[in-house]
Amino acid sequence: MAIEEKLRRTMMFVPGNNPAMVKDAGIFGADSIMFDLEDAVSLSEKDAARYLVYEALKTVDYGRSELVVRINGLDTPFYHNDIKAMVKAGIDVIRLPKVETADMIRNLEKLVVEAEIEFGREVGTTHLMAAIESARGVVNANEIAQASKRMIGIALSAEDYTTDMKTHRYPDGQELLYARNVILHAARAAGIAAFDTVFTNLNDEAGFKRETELIHQLGFDGKSLINPRQIDLVNQVYQPLKKEIITAQNVIAAIEDAKQKGSGVISMNGQMVDRPVVLRAERVMRLAKANNLVDEEGNYIEK
Amino acid sequence: MKNKVERDIPDDILKQSKRQIFKGVDYGQPTIQRVAPKVKATTGQNKILDSIDDVVTQTIKDGMTISFHHHFREGDYVFNKVMRSIIDHGYQNITLAPSSLTNVMNDIVVEAIQKGVVTEITSSGMRGSLGDAVSHGILQKPVVFRSHGNRARAIENGEIKIDVAFLGVPNTDDMGNANGRDGVAAFGSLGYALIDAQYANTLVLITDNIKPYPNTPASIKQTQVDYIVQVDEVGNPDKIGSGATRFTKDPKELKIAKTVNDVIVNSKYFKNGFSFQTGSGGAALAVTRFLRTAMIEQGIKAAFALGGITKPTVDLLNEGLVAKVMDVQDFDKGAAESMKDNQYQQEIDASWYADPANKGAMVDKLDVAILSALEIDTQFNVNVMSGSDGIIRGAIGGHQDAATAKLTIISAPLVRGRIATIVPEVTTVITPGDSIDVIVTEVGIAINPKRQDLIDQLKDVPGLPLYTIEALQEQAAKIVGTPKPLQFTDRVVAVAEYRDGTLIDVIKQVKE
Repeated sequence: MAIEEKLRRTMMFVPGNNPAMVKDAGIFGADSIMFDLEDAVSLSEKDAARYLVYEALKTVDYGRSELVVRINGLDTPFYHNDIKAMVKAGIDVIRLPKVETADMIRNLEKLVVEAEIEFGREVGTTHLMAAIESARGVVNANEIAQASKRMIGIALSAEDYTTDMKTHRYPDGQELLYARNVILHAARAAGIAAFDTVFTNLNDEAGFKRETELIHQLGFDGKSLINPRQIDLVNQVYQPLKKEIITAQNVIAAIEDAKQKGSGVISMNGQMVDRPVVLRAERVMRLAKANNLVDEEGNYIEK
Repeated sequence: MKNKVERDIPDDILKQSKRQIFKGVDYGQPTIQRVAPKVKATTGQNKILDSIDDVVTQTIKDGMTISFHHHFREGDYVFNKVMRSIIDHGYQNITLAPSSLTNVMNDIVVEAIQKGVVTEITSSGMRGSLGDAVSHGILQKPVVFRSHGNRARAIENGEIKIDVAFLGVPNTDDMGNANGRDGVAAFGSLGYALIDAQYANTLVLITDNIKPYPNTPASIKQTQVDYIVQVDEVGNPDKIGSGATRFTKDPKELKIAKTVNDVIVNSKYFKNGFSFQTGSGGAALAVTRFLRTAMIEQGIKAAFALGGITKPTVDLLNEGLVAKVMDVQDFDKGAAESMKDNQYQQEIDASWYADPANKGAMVDKLDVAILSALEIDTQFNVNVMSGSDGIIRGAIGGHQDAATAKLTIISAPLVRGRIATIVPEVTTVITPGDSIDVIVTEVGIAINPKRQDLIDQLKDVPGLPLYTIEALQEQAAKIVGTPKPLQFTDRVVAVAEYRDGTLIDVIKQVKE
């Protein structure tokens, strides 16, 4: 079910009605850029934002970033037009807010298929993701994560969720412990990505780092971000250690060695290397490359 | 006639101004005869006059050249007080030769031009209503723009002959021993004014703070001073500096600053004993902060920081990361205040700082300069003078001078709003591409192809995308499109000198 494995450490929110930010969104090295047509855009600017993001997607070179758009919800009058415009623009991923049931994703998928046909886009190329923002969404996370082959990830959106839970956000994040773990398990069981919620206090760098270290430890792919300044901080947390890179290099060398020998069994230092070790090594090397710790050939760059 | 940067300098301008066209950045080793000022001997009994009106009527005659400094920047009260008196007394045909003109001076200069009081101007730059008026042809004779180093050169060799210099100071004694460090309106270094003090025939100090004699340390000395006038206030301390300098939070500026830092630390110049000049502005301050981290991490210390100084640079001095700060002006209160207490923050005059016609200037020893730009073209020429509408709105400052550094970095966004910064041809060439080495934008860098050594050092640095300047220009054009060419008349309203006094470009009147 999983689409190709890629790094999704940082998903940067960009208000869809801010031309300067929309234009410059590609320069900060975010793994994913999420243009927001929903909460960041006031009712009177919904159409303008949709036009702006559409034109930007057709014009601006966003480099290697994955392009995501957060459309307005199922219960809004903007839902249908958002889908059509974004599919027509060739967006990589549509993020649906406030998802509570698998049916919401299936409804979205149906409309996306129609739009793909209408605008001559190859059917199946528009991916989907769901934002979980309520207790009901958390309870149904498994079904939501597996609702469509187009799903690439699910995200926790903590502001609405904590309100729904009759609490609010605390510095230590205890109130999100259950939701984070449920979402993470639902994502992993479905073979898709898990994104943690935004951290809104831009001046609390230490708090941001603490939260990022926690979700990194839990196993999240990455985090939604509200400011480009947070990108480097997340990447630093996800940066592999030198010894992890060297181990990964050895694993990769062992794979190459086994390939050359035509052997089905990969061994390193006399021990068999099993599949999880290989997968982890590949991920470490992807992270090392993304953090400029190794060169194109995978050699460690001494600082 | 076309000069080395392919700018057509009209023959009549060359003839009138008796100047040569710009031929290249190398000054050579000419021998120069300097001039000396007239000195009216005195024992100092009658130096203090009652009012600005008194000193104006005693010193000014029609047709004179007068000068001011701009160390009070947007907090200047002295310029307006003196010019008010000169206008009200009906003097005519005055040449204005300040070190620069700030916005707070604009209205009264426009009034003086309209009334025939001021008929010629030479300055580092101008902006706002004055730049607008000059670009629309308010002056008959072209304005002459000179860098800070070039102004010192022109004063020393008599191309600018200052009859009367009116210099505001935050303190002096009754003989004229003065400095910029103490007093309500303290601004730190008197760097640009020291040349006027040395070469003006008549020197008037205007102050709000008379100190007991002898007042030391004396940057301006009693041997140079003819008159002193006390006024209520010489400047608004809140507008002299940019106040508390704030680290930029603009993610694009931060990204550019970080990239500038990457260029510096990956170049061969980043080693113990290096020197740098950063200038002012949010991005420059951010570069200083990134540089600080890199210096600590790699155990590297700088021999000196040069030019206009900010608080973050002074912090490096106090941390021992920079051995000396060579200070020609202070951009903020923190830098100005620290000059008083720190013996390693050395006041330097504009000649020592940047004059090419010297037995060596400090810029000759400068390793790294970080400068800004309004426009950069594919020949690496830089415009810091005219806007995208062709109107004068900038200043050369020390741009041409500092650009002679071994590694000159221009930091600028690829586009500003809907205007490209990197263009096929700049509107006005101020600093020639031959002295520019690296352009840093938010999308990546371009290196002057003449610096193959830098290309080799920087081409494989991860996270430092290297483009040709043409590729960056095309990227900018792709975002904002290609504007219609600006429309100018044939009339020259200003000339820009290179730092050696040759003509690098002219600015024409904009079409109505």
